[in-house]
Amino acid sequence: MTTSSSAGHSRRDFLFVATGAVAAVGAAAVAWPLVAQLNPDASTVAAGAPIEVDLSPIADGQDIKVFWRGKPIYIMHRTAKQIKEAQSVNVSSLPDPQPDSARVKEGHDQWLVVIGICTHLGCIPIAHEGSYDGFFCPCHGSQYDSSGRIRQGPAPLNLAIPPYAFVSDSKIKIG
Amino acid sequence: MSGPSTFQPQNPVLKWIERRLPIFGLVHSSFVAYPTPRNLNYWWTFGGILSFMLGVQIITGIILAMHYTPHADLAFNSVEAIVRDVDYGWLLRYLHSNGASMFFIAVYIHMLRGLYYGSYKEPREVLWILGVIIYLLMMATGFMGYVLPWGQMSFWGATVITNLFSAIPYFGESIVTLLWGGYSVGNPTLNRFFSLHYLLPFVIAGVVVLHVWALHVAGQNNPAGVEPKTAKDTVPFTPYATIKDAFGLSCFILFYCWFIFYIPNYLGDPDNYIPANPGVTPAHIVPEWYYLPFYAILRSIPNKLAGVAAMFSAILVLAFLPWLDSAKTRSLRYRPLAKQFFWIFVGVCLGLGYLGAKPPEGVYVVAGRILTGCYFAYFLIVLPILSRIEKPRPVPNSIADDVLGKKGVVASLAAVFAVAGLLAWDSGSRAQAADHAPTPPSLNWSFAGPLGKFDQGQLQRGYKVYKEVCSACHSMNLVHYRNLADPGGPGFTVAQATALAAEIQVKDGPNDAGEMFERPGRIADKFPSPFPNENAARAANGGAAPPDLSLMAKARGYERGFPQFIFDAFTQFQEKGPNYIHAILTGFEDTPPHGFTLPEGSFYNKYFPGHAMKMPNPLSDDQITYEDGTPQKVDQYATDVAAFLMWAAEPKLEERKRIGLQVMIFMLIFAGLLYFTKRAVWADAH
Repeated sequence: MTTSSSAGHSRRDFLFVATGAVAAVGAAAVAWPLVAQLNPDASTVAAGAPIEVDLSPIADGQDIKVFWRGKPIYIMHRTAKQIKEAQSVNVSSLPDPQPDSARVKEGHDQWLVVIGICTHLGCIPIAHEGSYDGFFCPCHGSQYDSSGRIRQGPAPLNLAIPPYAFVSDSKIKIG
Repeated sequence: MSGPSTFQPQNPVLKWIERRLPIFGLVHSSFVAYPTPRNLNYWWTFGGILSFMLGVQIITGIILAMHYTPHADLAFNSVEAIVRDVDYGWLLRYLHSNGASMFFIAVYIHMLRGLYYGSYKEPREVLWILGVIIYLLMMATGFMGYVLPWGQMSFWGATVITNLFSAIPYFGESIVTLLWGGYSVGNPTLNRFFSLHYLLPFVIAGVVVLHVWALHVAGQNNPAGVEPKTAKDTVPFTPYATIKDAFGLSCFILFYCWFIFYIPNYLGDPDNYIPANPGVTPAHIVPEWYYLPFYAILRSIPNKLAGVAAMFSAILVLAFLPWLDSAKTRSLRYRPLAKQFFWIFVGVCLGLGYLGAKPPEGVYVVAGRILTGCYFAYFLIVLPILSRIEKPRPVPNSIADDVLGKKGVVASLAAVFAVAGLLAWDSGSRAQAADHAPTPPSLNWSFAGPLGKFDQGQLQRGYKVYKEVCSACHSMNLVHYRNLADPGGPGFTVAQATALAAEIQVKDGPNDAGEMFERPGRIADKFPSPFPNENAARAANGGAAPPDLSLMAKARGYERGFPQFIFDAFTQFQEKGPNYIHAILTGFEDTPPHGFTLPEGSFYNKYFPGHAMKMPNPLSDDQITYEDGTPQKVDQYATDVAAFLMWAAEPKLEERKRIGLQVMIFMLIFAGLLYFTKRAVWADAH
């Protein structure tokens, strides 16, 4: 009698564990779509397709702001002075060391294309302001140079470079 | 919730909390140690099922509200964007829209169970009245939720239901204006309904807490209707009731999943896939199935105020039930006469539901009046008289005695599904103003049935027909070129879809100079509209604007008749739309039958309601060149474009059926495991 009842018990335990395990799998499977729906939807993804920007109207020393995927992108036509400043900095002294050549496309030194979002807490820096001939973030005082590199203030990183390429000398494709 | 708990936590942290807030003791005494009568049958699992459904509706509702736009101009398209673009959006929307129906199926079973077993009698009157309040709140919530998609039925349902209040003497018109926030149903109405639709479920949850509290004070009724006397009469809530409720719930979820994954639009009205149009009332306006019996009562009284009063009385009379039925014996098991009248009453309710879906004319009106009389007679005449004259059979001495005469599980379950099925069939009987038009023939569609898939070649051919013929007059505002490359669609590559998009010119702008300009289409663009606005479309087409085709395959239907529409729920028939489209495209006749006068500028179509169609026959043999060698016949063109429009209306159909199969298999396994677990647990109790 003892053996058969303990066999019965282990069979029951297995049944309870199996039911509980299947319930847990089911709960996880239910949670999946409830979380996945938070992703950007298909129309948002489709609207994030690459954009083309004509650079010809931007004069020396001017900048424009375009939007790609909801983010402001600064396109700055740098002056010779700005280029020289950006190239002559001692890279190893920077908080986020990066040479100017890594920040622009080869042969297009005059064009700086950066995502205009301060790497501190996401405010939009103002172009042509601050002590480094680049950008100044009014929120917490971060200063970026004419290569969009962080020079002073609480921001930890340089302004990010969006994926882009020159389609022709006067046209870029962002994305 | 009754009396101090005996729960003594061992863990020091729990002890610390318990001394300050005895919440674990409350949970323990309410949901673990709480004694439940041991003879409860599966009808008693519907309380738990209803709590589950309230949870499902609140969770899916909160998520839908994250993606929904409560604005008269944007609401309809935002709902479609949820279904088409949001990850699993189709699942969440169908969970919520069918969830409302499941909620009502469960609540009707729960109410009829209370009615049958006398659960409203002393000392459970307050418990019962709280239930009636929950039911009223559910009706208000369901109605306002139905308005939110802002389709034709949403709009006209809102108009008709809010106008009920205009029947109130003196203040009626002012009340209706307050409800609308305008001179008619419009954007302010939609906004306030959205706000209230979000609020009311939480009010329901609050009243449910009171309902459960009252239940745990009075204790559960049971099929024998005698109160537990000794400890032998009850079992602890956990594990016994918990596991039984879990098994009942898993069966209910299987039933629910059948609707979500296979017949998600079975309980809905095709008209609600037409955007709200304040200028045109649908030919046959009906509420959702769960209001049909009360709608039938409303319509059967030929006086406005009396009709509205009768409709509300039909619900309010339930609150007085504990005093209308004064019989001491609770359960109808021991009241043979009352039992017969109960089943007649169930039949009356189903009959009223059937009539509520029928046009208010001829024999339906007479039948409606008779059944309305029967409905009220049951409460106001039959029950009061029976409780005085009927001699009940002896009730068992105790619940333990009653358990000896227990009935099988299978019979109970079969009855659950039978009643659920019966309640569901009301909805299928929506007339679409058929006007004696012949029923469109049913074609064999590759996407029909549980394993259905679209035929990619057919969708590509259908797209060609649409592009070369239909798109000259019809827009497809909800379909984008990117969709052509989506999985489960026509199977174009992204490059092909991009090339197709580039063929069109899209107005964009303004540019830096402030001017609008034309650019080649992109993959993110929607299909172009042939007309700049509706008035232009109307002017160019003899006064009838060609409708948008995006949802055409779900926005048209026809009557399948009784009992066919019941079988349709089992055979997963969801192809009324494509059948209708195919029938219309092949149903033109050059000469109308003798005696039919065709209005000027119309064309005779034998399947079109009323037969006089503003659209000329658009198709002829060899009109479109098929490169894959498919016969270039009108019938083939019509079939292909109907399939294409089905895909356009339900682009996630393949994903839905694929996931549905996985879910059904999982739930069958889970329900099976729960069944055996329940047997193992209950083995101790016998």
